[in-house]
Amino acid sequence: MIETEAPLSLILFSGTDDKLSAAAVLAVGAAAMGRPVNVFLQYYAVEAFRSDRIHADHGVALEASIAQAKQVAAYPGQHWSELLRQAKELGDVKIHACALSMEMFHLEKCDLDPIVDDVEGVAAFMTDASGPITFI
Amino acid sequence: MTTAEFALTKSIDARGMACPGPLLALIGAIRQGQIGDTFEVLSGDAGSRTDIPAWIAKAKHELVDVIAEPGFARFIVRKAR
Repeated sequence: MIETEAPLSLILFSGTDDKLSAAAVLAVGAAAMGRPVNVFLQYYAVEAFRSDRIHADHGVALEASIAQAKQVAAYPGQHWSELLRQAKELGDVKIHACALSMEMFHLEKCDLDPIVDDVEGVAAFMTDASGPITFI
Repeated sequence: MTTAEFALTKSIDARGMACPGPLLALIGAIRQGQIGDTFEVLSGDAGSRTDIPAWIAKAKHELVDVIAEPGFARFIVRKAR
């Protein structure tokens, strides 16, 4: 195996497909290069990981123009959930949903896709996420 | 140099795959292969030009050659461990 490197810690707040795709590319790249990855899902990202709508159209960020939104939709890359699945196969990648956000949206662990490891509080995430944190 | 000279174990046509698809396809093949196996990845993705050499250096395999073709590149990789 590749020797362990500094972890990549991502907080996913946005639930739009473009931001989730960008985050998934970062996660799979980090996993390929031997870096542990900690992903913490908050707010709208939690909703995007619902098992009944993970493959639904989650739209794009507000800053995308109509023309850009069409380009994003037309791009042939893999779905972000598939990239995250591959990241988990490649390396040490943990995906946790924020307990507060789960409560806010009346969600239980069983409502989320199995790609999400568990529900945890922010302090537990901070234990894993030593070093810099990227907020998306 | 033609690819026939490398005695390829497997050729992976990842043309049309978006970044980081070609790299992921290579990693999958290497994981399933034996030490000494030689793989060829065809990629038109610009990211592969930096990603495949970076991963090979990190994972300590061997980049045998990179051959530029019109619109894509052939990465010849040997599984070293």
